[in-house]
Amino acid sequence: MSTSTAAEQVIRAGQGEALLEVKGLQRYFPVTRGIVFQRQVGAVKAVDGIDLSIHTGETLGVVGESGCGKTTTGRLVTRLDEPTGGSITFEGEDLTHLSRAKMRPFRREIQMIFQDPFSSLNPRQTIGTIIAAPFQIQKVDSEGGTKKAVQALMERVGLNPEHYNRYPHEFSGGQRQRIGVARALALRPKLIVCDEPVSALDVSIQAQIVNLLEDLQDEFNLAYLFIAHDLSVIRHISDRVAVMYLGKVVEVADRDELYNHARHPYTHALLSAVPEADPDALAHRERIRLTGDVPSPLNPPSGCRFRTRCWKAQDICAEQEPPLVQIGAPGHQAACHFPEERDVI
Amino acid sequence: MTESVTTTASTSAGTGKPFLELKNLQVHFPTDDGLVKAVNGLSFTLERGKTLGIVGESGSGKSVSSLAIMGLHKGSRAKVGGEIWLDGAELVGMSVPEIRRLRGQQVAMIFQDPLSAMHPFYRVGDQLVEAYRVHNEVPKSVARKRAIDLLDRVGIPSPDKRFFDYPHQFSGGMRQRAMIAMALMCDPQLLIADEPTTALDVTVQAQILDLMMDLQKEFNSAIVIITHDLGVVAQMAQDVVVMYGGRVVEAGPVREIFYRPEMPYTWGLLGSIPRVNRGGDHRLKSIRGTPPSLINLPKGCPFQPRCDYQQHVEGHSCTGEVPDLLQIGTEDHRVRCHIETGQRKKLFTEQIKPNL
Amino acid sequence: MGRYLIRRLLQTVVILWVISAITFFLFWITPANPALLICGKNCNTETIATVNATFGFDDPLIVQYGTYMKGLVSPTGRDIGSEGSERNCAWPCFGESYQNGIPVWDSISDAFPATFWLAIGAATIWLFFGVMLGLLAALRKGKALDKLSVGLALFGVSFPTIVFGYLLLFLFIVKLKWIPFPDTANAALFEVGPVKWLQFYILPWITLALVFAALYTRLTRANMIDTMNEDYIRTARAKGLGEGTVIFKHGLRSALTPIVTIFGLDLGGLLGGAVITEQIFSITGLGKFAIDSVLGNDLPAIMGVVLFAAIFIVLANVVVDVLYAVIDPRVRLS
Repeated sequence: MSTSTAAEQVIRAGQGEALLEVKGLQRYFPVTRGIVFQRQVGAVKAVDGIDLSIHTGETLGVVGESGCGKTTTGRLVTRLDEPTGGSITFEGEDLTHLSRAKMRPFRREIQMIFQDPFSSLNPRQTIGTIIAAPFQIQKVDSEGGTKKAVQALMERVGLNPEHYNRYPHEFSGGQRQRIGVARALALRPKLIVCDEPVSALDVSIQAQIVNLLEDLQDEFNLAYLFIAHDLSVIRHISDRVAVMYLGKVVEVADRDELYNHARHPYTHALLSAVPEADPDALAHRERIRLTGDVPSPLNPPSGCRFRTRCWKAQDICAEQEPPLVQIGAPGHQAACHFPEERDVI
Repeated sequence: MTESVTTTASTSAGTGKPFLELKNLQVHFPTDDGLVKAVNGLSFTLERGKTLGIVGESGSGKSVSSLAIMGLHKGSRAKVGGEIWLDGAELVGMSVPEIRRLRGQQVAMIFQDPLSAMHPFYRVGDQLVEAYRVHNEVPKSVARKRAIDLLDRVGIPSPDKRFFDYPHQFSGGMRQRAMIAMALMCDPQLLIADEPTTALDVTVQAQILDLMMDLQKEFNSAIVIITHDLGVVAQMAQDVVVMYGGRVVEAGPVREIFYRPEMPYTWGLLGSIPRVNRGGDHRLKSIRGTPPSLINLPKGCPFQPRCDYQQHVEGHSCTGEVPDLLQIGTEDHRVRCHIETGQRKKLFTEQIKPNL
Repeated sequence: MGRYLIRRLLQTVVILWVISAITFFLFWITPANPALLICGKNCNTETIATVNATFGFDDPLIVQYGTYMKGLVSPTGRDIGSEGSERNCAWPCFGESYQNGIPVWDSISDAFPATFWLAIGAATIWLFFGVMLGLLAALRKGKALDKLSVGLALFGVSFPTIVFGYLLLFLFIVKLKWIPFPDTANAALFEVGPVKWLQFYILPWITLALVFAALYTRLTRANMIDTMNEDYIRTARAKGLGEGTVIFKHGLRSALTPIVTIFGLDLGGLLGGAVITEQIFSITGLGKFAIDSVLGNDLPAIMGVVLFAAIFIVLANVVVDVLYAVIDPRVRLS
């Protein structure tokens, strides 16, 4: 996080047991057809075998374009969705297929913040009720009563505690996202999955929420799984970053290592495409432009999934899927047959 | 309220007047809750072959202004004031049939979400053909040939087949390309792009921005690009207008705005955005509070309730008077702020720049 | 599309079968004794026993149901009556009425044209006025015309059909005598000629159309207002299209799509009988037939009219879904 240096991060990432460990995670959505009896004719491989790990107090950024499976990953980790394969381990406990009841204690530890702050808040409930809901569901009594605890939370996330009895529509977009943060924070979780938490907000408000998330992380030693499509936000907030393409992690590394020494052509293309608010830098930047569209996850390309849009693709790329292997600095992995360092930003 | 001086209208084109000139544009909407002052005195000029970026957050009035140029507020409750001069013709006072002849023909528009901006029931090709045949009395076959040519030009593979597809059969990027092709059907001289890439993925956004720049060179069109994304402006525009609360708060050449900004709101915007080419161990410089309500605009400077630099103002009251949009320096850099310009430069160099 | 149609038609058969079973068994839960109904005034234990034997009322319920279904499924229908007095009931055999012994299918065929013309005429009226008023209201939103049409719609929705029908009848036939008193209960166009036919149907049409016209006005207005706020309408204007093209080609086409589906369902429902309107104007259509059957505890007639109406409703559903896919290319039937 913002207070720790990159060197400390590497040490932290390399030592001890991870808070969350995801191995070979898969989620296939079956595609069926048939007149009377439906039979499965294929599957949309939204997430197709990914490994991730997050340590206490760390932010793992997951970045990729629409359809890469990043949102599904978030839903799987919070067990809002059922994995097709692989495993999810939290503090050594296997959560992969826990029942609803057995999952309950872990719901205290893993919380979620959503993109659209409006549709994720019940319009008929007051803010006080919304933020207090986790206490009630988990039957937690806090000292001094729930109301006091809720108001303390509201104050902490920058809301006026006197607005306890107001309804969501009375708040602006940024304030609603603060409500979402307060609700997620209520039970002092260890991990918060943030799914595009700032992409619906205005630029000036976006910075407020990013700063708030950073402050809360330092204060409560939170870990974030931060899912976003905005590479600048991801660079700012993450300790480590995973780049996803068509259901696979194609590259993962410490933040600065990834942005300065990326090896995967897709990462290069992504970084090169970001319009930086810096006219002079843009004028001198190398331009990599991908052609075509992302292939359908129903029928992904053989071998390397990026090969259909990759300028370096050879025969081997269609034949063999490149494994995610260690390359460059410790903790830097890329899945490419022809990795190369390239200065793109 | 505005810096622009009312001049006697000259009617002929090509007399040294700018290609597009907005003078003190105002757009107000009467509503049940009160008068929404969406745009309060917007002025700028734009030449052919150049791009102007209008930057602002939601409710800054940037989209409303673009609809005013197209005359799309006519027939609604909106009250439009001021002047819009396009190639020697004044648009605000124009009748609906007159301005309808310009729409699509001389001025075309690209919208944010190409899925909702195209009619879901009609084939993409037919929608392009329709755009051409409104203004050109040609047989369908001629219009179809032009549509296929343009679909090809904007980079849609096998355009003669995709012509027959419906919008939902296109991907997001392809739809935006088709939307651009539709806008270009009648060779417009002015293209207004309202958040053209906001709904798109970053690699697709790069393709679309490249395409727009290429097409601009080819057709020598003027582009007004409206966006909240400073990066898009940095890439596309030669001139930038920063809007806040329905007013221009700062305007000038792109490098002036990005490297020598003088208005505290512009400082706030630049400080708010994380950078992809810089390490992230600094704290984002967010702007406190929220954008103003357009019904109850703050008294005085619209940015005053969120401004952290009011103690540097001498001889004026931020809450009392609206500052004028005044030109500074030799370049056409205009700033609306009560802080004295020397002091602003000092503040920027000492306090703002090191943190950007 | 083909696969989809096949699947939908198979579903239709299943739904109709379930409806038939529910109606059949529900009837037997009611306390009425059909044998008593059939044997009439001179009833004694012996005649009841004969009736029971003739109609198979002694058989287990499931057997009776089986016999009934055979008449509907088998191309040759089934035989009715006890040994010696057997007669064939041709396909589709819904049995014979307990009240008058007439094959139910014959009664339904006789009653259907009246209901059909009533429904079609009323539908034309309400569709025309509903869409037109709704469109005008949407385009003049907030103005006098809008308020007038919204008021009319509210009046139409809240005015009870039965009061409205008798009011029309009293006003135009009894009081003003603009329309002669109908001398038939089932005017066929080719028998009575168009003038008499129109005189017969015009008041029932208006009566039946009122509520629907009001609902369609509100629906069209709401859809049209929503549609005219769509981005693609702004695009159409930005192309320089005339307001007429924008409204009719780009606006109304989208706004009418949901109305087409509801119209199909409403019409399908009415083809099974418009009970109140038929009752007011003494039209011997399916609605009146249904009432008479229910009041007489006439199981074969009830079954017949329920299944007949159900077929229209279920088929209307299929037609509407297919139609929707034709209108809206985003809907893919697979």
